[in-house]
Amino acid sequence: MIPEIGHFALILALSLALCQGILPLIGAQRNDAAMMAVARTAATGQFVFVAFAFACLTWAFVQSDFSVAYVASHSQLALPTVYKISAVWGAHEGSLLLWVLILSAWTVAVGKFSHDLPESFSARVIGVLGLLSTGFLLFTLLTSNPFVRLSPAPPDGADLNPLLQDPGLAIHPPILYAGYVGFSVAFAFAIAAMLSGNLDQKWARWTRPWTTAAWMFLTVGIALGSWWAYYELGWGGWWFWDPVENASFMPWLIGTALIHSLAVTEKRGLFKSWTLLLAITAFSLSLLGTFLVRSGILVSVHAFATDPTRGFFILAFLGVVILGALALYAWRAPDLDSPAGFRPLSRETFLLLNNVLLVIATALVFMGTLAPLVVEVMNAGKISVGPPWFELAFAIPTIPLVLLMAVGMHSAWRAQDYRQLAGRLRVPALLAVVAGVAIPTVFYGRFGLLVSVGAVAAVWIIGAALVDPIRSWRRAAGATGLSRSMLGMSVAHLGVGLFTLGVTVVSAFNIESDQALQPGNSVEIAGYQFELRELRDVEGPNYSAIEGVIEIRKNGEIIGQVRPQKRQYLVQQNWMTEAGILALWNRDLFVALGDQLGNDTWSVRVQYKPMIRFIWLGALVMALGGLIAITDRRYRVRQRVTETSATEALESA
Amino acid sequence: MTRFILPLIAFAVLIPVLMIGLTRNPNELPSPLLQKPAPIFELPSLTDPAQTVGSASYAKQMVLINVWATWCPGCRQEHGFLLELAEESAVPIFGLNWRDNRPDALRWLQTLGDPYVASAYDEDGRVGIDWGVYGAPETFLVDADGIVIHKHIAPLTREIWERDFVPLINEHGGNK
Repeated sequence: MIPEIGHFALILALSLALCQGILPLIGAQRNDAAMMAVARTAATGQFVFVAFAFACLTWAFVQSDFSVAYVASHSQLALPTVYKISAVWGAHEGSLLLWVLILSAWTVAVGKFSHDLPESFSARVIGVLGLLSTGFLLFTLLTSNPFVRLSPAPPDGADLNPLLQDPGLAIHPPILYAGYVGFSVAFAFAIAAMLSGNLDQKWARWTRPWTTAAWMFLTVGIALGSWWAYYELGWGGWWFWDPVENASFMPWLIGTALIHSLAVTEKRGLFKSWTLLLAITAFSLSLLGTFLVRSGILVSVHAFATDPTRGFFILAFLGVVILGALALYAWRAPDLDSPAGFRPLSRETFLLLNNVLLVIATALVFMGTLAPLVVEVMNAGKISVGPPWFELAFAIPTIPLVLLMAVGMHSAWRAQDYRQLAGRLRVPALLAVVAGVAIPTVFYGRFGLLVSVGAVAAVWIIGAALVDPIRSWRRAAGATGLSRSMLGMSVAHLGVGLFTLGVTVVSAFNIESDQALQPGNSVEIAGYQFELRELRDVEGPNYSAIEGVIEIRKNGEIIGQVRPQKRQYLVQQNWMTEAGILALWNRDLFVALGDQLGNDTWSVRVQYKPMIRFIWLGALVMALGGLIAITDRRYRVRQRVTETSATEALESA
Repeated sequence: MTRFILPLIAFAVLIPVLMIGLTRNPNELPSPLLQKPAPIFELPSLTDPAQTVGSASYAKQMVLINVWATWCPGCRQEHGFLLELAEESAVPIFGLNWRDNRPDALRWLQTLGDPYVASAYDEDGRVGIDWGVYGAPETFLVDADGIVIHKHIAPLTREIWERDFVPLINEHGGNK
């Protein structure tokens, strides 16, 4: 009964989404207050019913109701309860429902925090979000209903994919989706602005905190995914340029460009049409990412359930949404002109370069991801794109990007005095040059051009990011302190520096060794001795495992013990690797069991990974920067009444 | 102001590409090489740069050509099965080590075991292009006359081997 109620709640949510998508948009056009007022009510109602449906599905999982087909194929009695809950979004149908839930949650948040906006504007934003929600609810109900019954019900389920039975992956999808879906808000703001035809700088200010919030979630989501791949897939890499990873990375890159371009549009009224295009593109790439992942159009190690009907539905939806948005753009954008000018040495110039380089980086990732497909469709059939290509191509725009970042963040709007800039950046520049030589030679004993460039760039940004916070901290408290926006910017850029440092050091000085070991044998890398003490059998709730107990010594002293496992999950019969990691802030010692080579012999992969934590730490610091920026006062200050009514008068005219 | 229409046009062009792409199964890419003579190649051997490995190494017998690299997770996945296959099957396996670096690849073979009669070292991927390699791992079945009779993309498993390869091998007489 509960699943049917859930199904029914989804249908009700769809009808409310339709009301929310149609009435406010008409109301805004006709300036009909009653119709516009539907927006918030319908959005709240929709959220309640989607959340209810989601709760019903969760209940079916917790109760192990295997008469529901989706539950039967993605859960099992012995599955720990926490994974029964995360199994809700462990496959296609449920993760789509999660997507809709997050979209409606964003919509309710927009409704709540948009009371200061002109009524017609917020009605349009919520209306556009309602149309998007309608599309996804239709998709769920028509092609991917999670409540379909299975008769007769099997006595036990087929278990959740063991790769997903992990705390990291349990929370990775909700956070990632919050980011993906969050760009729909920036998209809706852009569409609403174009529909109203009133494209002054205010929409840029309204959009900024929402865009930053979405970007923040996406940053954390991607970092979590990367961390999970590192410790769960068993070969110690942190990024694989897999199509599914690229699908989340492209919106992130464009979202980053959008955040910067919004700053220019808000402060200086420049790049207006460009910013609109980025807002459309960021969300379009999120949709395209969904399409690529869900349709099975590309070969991926993440292989989700694939089904061409679903592919065609998303493609049709994608076509309508993106073509519609771009057509609106082609119609409205020519009217936007940017009167203000700026000097070559100014913040505008650097933000422009930031945008150009980020867009180039996105285009390269896009080409690399879609090239095999395009070439195949043209029946040319001969192309291969792997990590070596991506790594080279991606470095070309990003090295200048990180080098210019430090200068850009210290440049003033309009025009920047060269001498003043040189004065502020003298210390970071000096530190960067010293670090470029010292980090490779002193700490790791080997010099290389690429590692040196990376170290210079990293320390250069870290130094530049700290200049302002240090200056404001030194001054008496309460003096002209940094605004939250500026502090957030500094912190986020600090994150980029930490990330760059991590990537540089770990790619240059990573040491790994694959050895065949028997209990009692040991292997030494980077001054650490790894001794396999014993191999033992371990029984988990729904798996059995072989565990290697490995003692790690440095200079003869025991510094720790790791217990990597090779697990066999009982229902699906596949093997999973659980790496054993001994972590310190400046290095990871990573041990994974490979394959059984003989009676008591296992191939063991040991790795020394210096500074790898900085990769995820950097990402978290970037997200923290975003969080600080969102809390800036200026986003919370009420619009002056005169301003608001002037806008409305203009619109109704 | 035509430049504002460009994004619209660019995306409109992408849609049919995605649409056609949907109708293909990426795991069953028809290789243009099927039923055609396999490309002739000669590359330095992975294990001994002074030696060469190429078409001449396996003339007049049925062979498997397996494209692999150490950066490729799927290759690691199928490696155990390749080792079993090398023991039990009469069809010798030749490796094409593709876009890899020699020390990594050698270490891989040392620790995981070497199922290959020999591996050719295709550092810049040039031979991979001749073979129409889409991504590692890929496995080609070449008959005694040098004709490509089957191509498999994605890791090889026993199930796939018995379903797709064994009947073809029997049909073509295998290796006496």
